[in-house]
Formats: sequence, C-alpha cells, structure tokens
Amino acid sequence: MKRAILEELREILPPEGLIDQTEALRPYECDGLTALRTLPLAVTLPDTEEQVKRILQCCKRHGAPVVARGAGTGLSGGAQPHEDGIILSLAKFNRIRRLDPDSRTAVVEPGVRNIAISEAARPHGLYYAPDPSSQIACTIGGNVAENSGGLHCLKYGLTVHNIQKLRVMTIDGDLLTIGSDALDAPGYDLLALMTGSEGLLGIILEITVKLLPVPPLARVIMAAFDSVETAGEAVGRIIANGIIPGGLEMMDNLSIRAAEDFAHAGYPTDAAAILLCELDGTAEEVEQDIARVTTILEGCGVTSIKLSTSEQERLSLWAGRKSAFPAVGRISPDYYCMDGTIPRHRLPDVLRRMGEMSHEYGLRVANVFHAGDGNLHPLILYDANKGNELEKAEEFGGKILELCVDVGGTITGEHGVGTEKINQMCVQFQALELSQFHAVKEAFDPHGLLNPGKAVPTLHRCAELGAMHVHNGELPFPELERF
Amino acid sequence: MELQERIRAAFEKGTRLRITGSGTKKFLGPHCEGEAISTLESTGIVSYQPEELFITAKAGTSLSEIEAALAEKGQQFSFEPPAFGETATLGGTIACGLSGPARPWKGAARDFVLGSRLINGKGELLRFGGEVIKNVAGYDVSRLMCGAFGTLGVLTEVSIKVVPVPQKSLTLSMELDRTDALARVTELSRQPWPISAAAWYQGVLRIRLSGAEAAVDHAVASLGGEVSEASGFWTRLREQTHPFFKSTRSLWRLSLPQATPAIDLPGEELLDWGGAQRWLLSDEDGTTIRTIASEAGGHATAFRNPPDREDAFMPLAPPMLALHRRIKQAFDPGGILNPGRLYREL
Repeated sequence: MKRAILEELREILPPEGLIDQTEALRPYECDGLTALRTLPLAVTLPDTEEQVKRILQCCKRHGAPVVARGAGTGLSGGAQPHEDGIILSLAKFNRIRRLDPDSRTAVVEPGVRNIAISEAARPHGLYYAPDPSSQIACTIGGNVAENSGGLHCLKYGLTVHNIQKLRVMTIDGDLLTIGSDALDAPGYDLLALMTGSEGLLGIILEITVKLLPVPPLARVIMAAFDSVETAGEAVGRIIANGIIPGGLEMMDNLSIRAAEDFAHAGYPTDAAAILLCELDGTAEEVEQDIARVTTILEGCGVTSIKLSTSEQERLSLWAGRKSAFPAVGRISPDYYCMDGTIPRHRLPDVLRRMGEMSHEYGLRVANVFHAGDGNLHPLILYDANKGNELEKAEEFGGKILELCVDVGGTITGEHGVGTEKINQMCVQFQALELSQFHAVKEAFDPHGLLNPGKAVPTLHRCAELGAMHVHNGELPFPELERF
Repeated sequence: MELQERIRAAFEKGTRLRITGSGTKKFLGPHCEGEAISTLESTGIVSYQPEELFITAKAGTSLSEIEAALAEKGQQFSFEPPAFGETATLGGTIACGLSGPARPWKGAARDFVLGSRLINGKGELLRFGGEVIKNVAGYDVSRLMCGAFGTLGVLTEVSIKVVPVPQKSLTLSMELDRTDALARVTELSRQPWPISAAAWYQGVLRIRLSGAEAAVDHAVASLGGEVSEASGFWTRLREQTHPFFKSTRSLWRLSLPQATPAIDLPGEELLDWGGAQRWLLSDEDGTTIRTIASEAGGHATAFRNPPDREDAFMPLAPPMLALHRRIKQAFDPGGILNPGRLYREL
C-alpha cells in the first residue's frame, strides 16, 4: 500500500513537494510535544488547492490517515504523525491574500504566521488580537484548529471570537464556505464547531480574521506579593471592581527566578508571586485605571509595585513572561507543560494540592498562570535521563488535570487535547458525550481519516482506563464490556 | 413526566416534538408541528459568581430575572439579547441566537456561551463546555446550539460569560444622509473609539459610546454631535418597539459585511450594527431581496410578516445543506426535535 500511495503522490506533487526519505522526515516526527515521536509515511507540501484535493482523494482511496500541520508548535501532539498516514503541511499556503482596513478584516492562508497578520495590519492602525506566546512561529491555521488563546484573552477573546469565515476542504475534496463576510451566516454555527476541532473535521485553506484598532496606549503594572494566595485574591478584587485588564498574568517564585535569569525583565526574585496587569485604552482611561488598580493592590497586601513608563519597558516586562517556558527549560533538562483551567477562586486550593503532589512525586513545578481567565500552566521539571522521571512527570501531569476537572475546570484551556490529554478526556466527559463527539466527527469524516486517534478517545480506551479511576464505587463506563 | 423521559419515549415512538419556552420568538422562522414540550418547568439561577464573570441558569429562567441579578452586581450580558417580551427565557435566547445593537463591537450571543447541558434527540442528557472562559476540550457543541432553534437538542441549562456594566454610556446624534453616515461609521470604527452601537434612521446617525468615563468623555470632546444620556432609543431598536417596526409589511433583516456602502433597497430602511444589519420594510418578493443581500456578500432573513413563512431563512447551498443534515442526524437521528423549525430538511 505504501508504495502505491507514494507513487500516486509523486504524480500529484513536484519533487520538492513530497518528502519520503527517513532523514528528511525526522523534523516532522513530532510537534511541540517532543516526548512523542512517530515517522509518517510521507510529508506532502502542496501549494495549490487542487493538489490538496488530489492528496485527500488519494488518501481516501487508500484509507490512509491525513494529519494537517502548520508550524508544528502545538503542545498537545495534535500534529503528531500517524505511522500509516501522511502529513499535510500547509506551510506553502503562506500569503496574506487581502487586508481591508474598512471592514477590519484580513483574508489569509493557513500557513501565515500569527504575528505576520498584526505586522501587515499595523500601518493601518489595526492588529489581530489573539497572541499565543509562540506567535512569532505558530500559524493561523493551527491557531484555528486549536482555538488558541494568548495573553489578552480575557478582554479580547480566543481565536473563535476573532475569526469570521473559513474556506474548508472536506475529506471528499469538497470546498465549504463556513461563516460569512457578514457578522453571521445562515444555518448552524459551524464556525464554532470547526474552531478547536484539531484537524479532525476538515482542512482549513483560508481564514478571514477580524482586526481591531490598536489601543492608543498600554501600560503594565508589575505587583509583587509575599504569597500566591494574596496575589490570587488581588486578581479577584480587580475583576470584582469592574476592571477588565488587557492582560492579567501571574508567575510564582520559581518561574520569576527562571525568567529573570533568562530575560532580565527586572522581576523581584524574592517575591512569592508577581502579577502583570496591562491596562490599555486612551491616555486618560489608562491613567484612571492605573489609579484604581493601584488602590486595589495596596488594599490587598502588595509588597512592591512597578509601572512601565515607556513602551520599551512595557515590552521588557512582557518579554520575561513570554519567555517563561524557554527560561524554565534552562533550569531543568526537561519540563512538561500543562494547560488546565480552573475557576479563579479555587486557585489557592489547587496550588496547595499541586505543592503536595510535587512533594509526593519528588518533581518541582513552576507555575505561570493566565490569572484573568483561570488558565494555569504548571511546568513540571524532570530529567528524562533519570530513571522513570518522564513516566512520573506524565502521571503527575495527568493528576493535575484531573484536579482541574474536580474543582469545576477543564483539562485544556488553549493547547488542545491532541494525543497528550486523550486519557483525561475520559475523566472530563461521560461515555454518552464522547459518543456524541464521535457522531459529529462522522458527519464530517465518516471513514475517520482526518487526524485519527486525537482529541476524542474511543470508549474502549476509556473503559480500559476506567478500571483505574473508580469514583465512589461507580464504574464510569458501565455500558461497556470489560476486558 | 420528566423532560428527558419524554424525549426518550418520543425517540422510541418516533413522535415529533415542538420545543416551547415562553413563545416570545414564535413569530420568527418556519412553524413546526409536534407535541409541545416546555422548558418552563425548569427555572432558576444555578450559579452566579460575579468575580468569576459567568452565570449559569436553567433554560426556562426568564431573561429579566437573570438581567436583574446581574444588574444588582453591576454586570450585564454585553450582547444585549433582544427579548421581544417580558417573559423571554434564557433557553430561547440562546436557541435563537439573536444579538442586540452592541454586536459588532462587543460580540454575539454565541461569543458568550461557555457551556450547556442539553438533551439530544435520543433523550440523552449531555454536558458540554463549562463555566470557565478558556476551554478547548472536545468540540464546541455549546456554541453550536446557539442559533440552532432547538433542532439539535433541548437546552436545559446554559452558562454565559458576563461583563461589568460600562462606567459611562451616552449617545451622539448627528444629521447625515445614509451614504455619509455609513462612511462616518466606517471611518470611526477603524480607530480605537469606545463605540458600542451605531444606527441610522431618517437622516440621523446615532452613535453610542460606552466604557471608562475618561474614554467616553474624550470621545465626546473629539467627535462632535448632539449628546444625550437617554438610552431609550437603543432599547426600542433592540426590542423592535421603535415606530419603524410597527408595520404590516414584511420586515427583512439583511446581514451584510461591515463597511458595505449604501445600497438602494426596495423599501424603507433602518440601519443597525453600523450598517452590518439593515432592517427593511418591503413588499418585494423574497428572491429579489435575497439576491441583493447575497450579491453584497451577506444574507437575508424574512423576520416578521414573511411572504412565505416556510422560507424565512436564507436557503443553504447543496453541499452545506447535506452537511447540516448529517449533523442533525448526529444529534437527532429520529428527526423528532423541532423538525422544520429552521429548514424543512432538518
């Protein structure tokens, strides 16, 4: 079968558009979740829609899985190859087709990098709001597939709030227009369904994104605290006072020290936690909000406050936060990044439980937290060369996600389920809900060829795991036969 | 009998069901036949934590009860749901997916849906999403329910993101003809002004500014126009109690791309959403109006007094309709939930 597929692909694609030699396939063996590696049958790099169509039809004929890939920066293994399938790289679809400042929209191909959209829009005083930390590399197609967030979600929303229309190719090679140039479209809200569907429903070939006017001014307040609880309390009070900051981030001591060492952002390395609170708007508005936030912070035990006085200083304060992951990478040979979301008021509880587990597993945890929207990124530090530390880190990570579900949150806020969190899906959802997801998938992709094995676990997989997670003596998937 | 039991029984017998709330939006879209099942038996706010910025309520809870609870804590739904009557329910609001004048700047109903509990057409009680703002586990079924008119599931509980009421809101009025009004809105929308609504009717452009006091004051000083603190116009526009809507002619809703210039429509116009939603009173036939809308890149709905009620919503292209049918099948294999309420094929 392999030979037959490759032969057909050679007819569809020019030599530079097809990779099938082992060494050349290596860069594609994983995405940002580097612990899981698989070599695909081949990597295809089409540059026309016609080629994509023929590739899909070829894979459909041979029953070969298709895994779409952008820049491969995803952290949940969403673009991890399937050993019997092909990678459909959208890297060559990298043009901004149209940018219309009047309707505040841009029409872009999926391989355009997130930050390139804002760069193109900047001369018009506009920008694209979602800004995942990987924005210099990650592509907009991948952002749509994962419903990516970023540092400014609380005020400006996720990808799903900032796109308007998609051009999607189904596994059958049919083109669909989902959404509209208008603000809504007739029929079901398939734009919401496609966003965050992790490449399981269709191949995204064009995206119309919304652009926003750049706020005239943004300033960051950095507030230090002697405990994470008081920092968490301050977050709640800012929001309860009717202020929605442009960004509201928290870092714990280990992250502060790592980031400061790496980026020299001027963080106080003796603080138990810092908050970065960005306020944006007109000069008068920002000044007013800074005064209000400062009063609130002073009322909840802040130990020091620093305010950015120039754009350069603002960017430098954010640079520390945006580099938190690589910074932690310098203090530990390996780290495992989690992505749970919790109701904000449960933060002290969750941090305490994580501290206990960190002790139990003998693994350190650094915490960076999108505090405004409750999205927690614990980084578990481990050394893959040491005994069973990888397995321990994975188990610990799984426990953290289950804890997030326990307190009313979710196993993934913005990184997606992919391969990584597939087992925790069995904790978050009941069998009937997973079956409903599978039914949705079938409506789009009846043969299950688009990114199979990701995002939604089979009921059998959950049943096997179920034996390990019996709550209150109730079997989670009673309707299934046991093994 | 409990709602879930009734739906399960209906699925087994193949009985068609017509989902009813308080009936405030019954006028919109095709009729559907079937045994009535009501969401009104299950009411009440389940959870509301202002500092967490969400509210969860049973589908039968009245919008007015929810909005009163939010107002008490200085919060609101920023998509300004049209209620079309004092008894409108949360379930009906989300199932119809309508949004008020703030929509282009603040977002639509679907943008604020965080999670839901629903019963699908097999009588299975399912929960999707949650109460946190960021959640990408599983397909976004909760948002899919928004605007599906109950054809995919019966909502029993919904969680919605809420926001603080802006510190200050006021309205600027300026006399401009239609062409100049649209150009003015386009120009202002490209800049970071705190606009939260813009409507034009009979030679007057009204722009609502909402936000921090300092931002609104700065905008008022810069933009000119007659300033008013009254908000009645926006309520009358949202609820369609403005005199424009008191007509026996067909009321069409044209949803068009932002920055679409003036188009000569066959009838009387009121422009909302800065021109992206155009209300049209017309006796023209549906095909003509739909053609005008789709040529402009949008679509048209026969909103009130439609020429043909069964064709109220814009028809879907064949591959899209086929996909809609498969999705309907995935949630409601027996085709028992509000059959025909959105399209006759669903």
